[in-house]
Amino acid sequence: MTTTQGLGELTAAERFRSRPLTRLQRIQRLLHKHPEISPLVVLVIASFAFQLASDRFLTASNMSLILQQVSIIGALAVGQTLVILTAGIDLSVGALMIFVSMVMGSLAGNVGLPGALALLVGFAIGMLAGLINGVLVAVVRLPPFITTLGTLSVFTALALLMSHGTSIQGDDLGSVLTFTSVPVAIGPFQLTVGVILMIAMYLALGYCLNWTSWGRHVYAVGSDEDASRLAGVRTRRVLLSVYVAAGLLVALSAWVLIGRNNAATTSAAVDANLDSITAVVIGGTSLFGGRGRLTGTFIGALTVGVFRNGLSLARVDVLYQTLAIGILIIAAVALDQWIRRTGAQR
Amino acid sequence: MSVFTRRSAVLASVGVASALVLAGCSGGATTDDGSSSSAAGGDAIGVTLITKDPNDPFWVAMIDGAEQAAKDAGVEITVASGRDQTDSDSQIQAIENAIQRGDSGILIANNGPAVNDAIQKAEDAGLIVIALDTPTTPIDLVDATFASDNRLAGQLIGEWAAAKLGGDDATIALIDLFSDKVVSVDYERDQGFLAGMGIDVADENMNGDEAATGSYSQGSYEIVCNEASNGAEDGGRTAMEKCLSLNPDINVVYTANEPSALGAVQALKAAGNDSALVVTINGSCDGIAGVADGSFGADAQQYPSKMGSLGVQAVIDYVNNGTKPTADAGKDFTNTGITLVTDQPVDGVDSIDSTAGADGCY
Amino acid sequence: MSATTTATTTATPVLSARGLVKTYGPVVAIDGIDVDLYPGEVLAVIGDNGAGKSTLIKCLTGAEIPDVGTIEVDGERQDFRTPQDAREAGIETVYQTLSLAPHLDIAANLFLGRELRRPGPLGGVLRMLDRTAMRRQAEEKVSALGIRTIQDISQIVETLSGGQRQAVAIARAVAFGSRIIVLDEPTAALGVRETAQVLEVVEGLRERGMSVVLISHNMPNVFQVADRILIQRLGRVAGVVTPKTHTAAEAVAIMTGAASLGEE
Repeated sequence: MTTTQGLGELTAAERFRSRPLTRLQRIQRLLHKHPEISPLVVLVIASFAFQLASDRFLTASNMSLILQQVSIIGALAVGQTLVILTAGIDLSVGALMIFVSMVMGSLAGNVGLPGALALLVGFAIGMLAGLINGVLVAVVRLPPFITTLGTLSVFTALALLMSHGTSIQGDDLGSVLTFTSVPVAIGPFQLTVGVILMIAMYLALGYCLNWTSWGRHVYAVGSDEDASRLAGVRTRRVLLSVYVAAGLLVALSAWVLIGRNNAATTSAAVDANLDSITAVVIGGTSLFGGRGRLTGTFIGALTVGVFRNGLSLARVDVLYQTLAIGILIIAAVALDQWIRRTGAQR
Repeated sequence: MSVFTRRSAVLASVGVASALVLAGCSGGATTDDGSSSSAAGGDAIGVTLITKDPNDPFWVAMIDGAEQAAKDAGVEITVASGRDQTDSDSQIQAIENAIQRGDSGILIANNGPAVNDAIQKAEDAGLIVIALDTPTTPIDLVDATFASDNRLAGQLIGEWAAAKLGGDDATIALIDLFSDKVVSVDYERDQGFLAGMGIDVADENMNGDEAATGSYSQGSYEIVCNEASNGAEDGGRTAMEKCLSLNPDINVVYTANEPSALGAVQALKAAGNDSALVVTINGSCDGIAGVADGSFGADAQQYPSKMGSLGVQAVIDYVNNGTKPTADAGKDFTNTGITLVTDQPVDGVDSIDSTAGADGCY
Repeated sequence: MSATTTATTTATPVLSARGLVKTYGPVVAIDGIDVDLYPGEVLAVIGDNGAGKSTLIKCLTGAEIPDVGTIEVDGERQDFRTPQDAREAGIETVYQTLSLAPHLDIAANLFLGRELRRPGPLGGVLRMLDRTAMRRQAEEKVSALGIRTIQDISQIVETLSGGQRQAVAIARAVAFGSRIIVLDEPTAALGVRETAQVLEVVEGLRERGMSVVLISHNMPNVFQVADRILIQRLGRVAGVVTPKTHTAAEAVAIMTGAASLGEE
């Protein structure tokens, strides 16, 4: 047997593999590199379709409304993206958000603490809750799905115990906690501080993910945890920091939630955990970790909001809206699988 | 840099996207004929109906009534709902979308005070807002309320149960709607039932603060439990099972609605208790069938379809004449009616039998 | 031990292990092994399955702590407790399961765990990555190694062929000043042409004065690139041969116990 075959000679299989790319393969490779493109295109096309269905759709006031409507899920999906990038999943984000909002609301509304202090306590509790998730996942090595399924119940129970079924209305909450409901006019757009806060969360985390070594390590851990550890990344610390950061982002979302409802109540944002996962998945982030962009998540959250709002303006029954979102999710995951399966081969 | 030309990138994106959109819109496309719009001119009156959840027959009946009325009058109706009875966020979005769509009025069965702000916004935008079935807290937040008299509904089944016991000791299970929030429907029915039994309810707007034991109009009573069912069958069954484990000899079961009553009956059957009197509120066709076959002792019948049709009519009147509905004398809402349905009538409580009940059921 | 052990060179070894023993409960994985690695040489380690090759490598690279024995790097005694310790002493390992993050590009992988930051407040306060510098240095390092199979440094590792990935992994191992490279079955999953490419890279390492420990099952590969071949059998060193003095068939015979060095 000879081992030195001329480098120029190709075996039959290698010739097959080096055939020119087909158009489909180019699409795959493009999407593999930029997973946020497909939801963006869906968003743009859907927007034009909805404008045809209702001329009230593409107006500044409706665009502002959609941004307000997606602000809670959009904010929540920031933390969710972070966790999913590490090949984890956080089912507890919705319950934690409500729990934190009840803590903030009770401290300000019932106990009479200054709003800023109540807010800070809420942030601290969010980070503590994230730390608990993080220790269970990164140190005790429980699967994230099971861990957060457990803490989902814990946070739900704590929120209910804390509230006794009552809600605290905006007037009792003070100006700091309801600051997120303050209107902000930017040109023809009527936004709120909550919307601005949500966008700021995307920008800040987007910077951390794309422009710091921490962000690189988050992607690396999600890509292949063992390989990253061998390469010298302190994977346990990265995972812990991801869950703590997610906890803080959830606490910020709780602030957005209070502003949007102008109340602290347990009957808000049902299924917010699943909605946030929906936004992340439609945004092209892989549930298997390591691949995805925060821009995609923002587009994903907007897409869900645009579908719900647009179908509603077109007077389509709410159940069909849910149906359409479901099909979107399946299409997004199928696309991800397709890209992963074949896009990576060359 | 990448090997792709700009053109192929654009082609790529469009290809994938149109596939996605086709998939996404095939759901939406079928809905166009399914959506309930009737004749429609550009300036048709628009009404939005927002129910608590999408699946209970009660809301389906309300939707049917409203859609029929809208069709007859030639107005556009849009139906939305919470995903379940704890979802106020979807309701808020539905209200906002109604404003955006330029609708004239909103009919809403609210899922809690979190929607209050959005209702206020709608009124500020000039829409008439009418509460159906569930009054808002405070009740004067909306322009009118069309509801069953829930306290009366509870009272009727309470009086019936007391008379039926005829002096026996009452061992009572109370299957409520919620434990995680305070909703008027919940306490009005529960407290109405206890008042109908002749039990001192203490605060008449609070569940569970009455004495656990004492005397009712015909004898002495013991309340075994106050359990929440979330208004659903599985919740009702779990709640009843808990109550039965506390005391298997329960002989009176109050349930806040029919789904929870169905669950409670399952639990009673499984435990071999077939003598307990199960009373409930709703009066759907399934529920009336339950009365006929003896599963339920008595059922206070409501008329959700009527709520829906009256609501649509009120919006039309408001748009055409600027008039708002007025509440019944002595009440802060318009009663759409309550009738007790039972095949075991008792003296002193008006009722109809299950055959007559089946005519008005939904 | 036979005289062939010291036949090739008289220079000081860069890596020297004496009397390594590692047991797992009742199982004796390696039983008193001595290894020397000299500057600028490729030392192949061969042996049947269960001969203790991977245990030896784990001990040399800090992945396992030997029960008995000493390891010296440049004459200095080392007690490796983690792979990080070995790396700090200048021993880089390219594992069979390549320690690459498949979704990151080549440059990001080369700098994984030791990213460069922008100078000034952007890097100091905002901790901003210096992507251009990393990309430029990555290109330099790859071309300095004579790795010709990699053209686009911003390619995602997932889209590379097995040989290209191996080249990236090797490039990362040597990119940061390590002089001892341990390659664990680098050609195991590769085709003929890719194998040739990887062997070319290994030869390039030797030309640059680095020392390579090569674990491989593939006799032709071993005899093509190795300077000396350490044959392990049943947890012990059965002999050290060179491609000049022995044929592959003889090496296999020693490896399987059909022959021994002393009988020749």
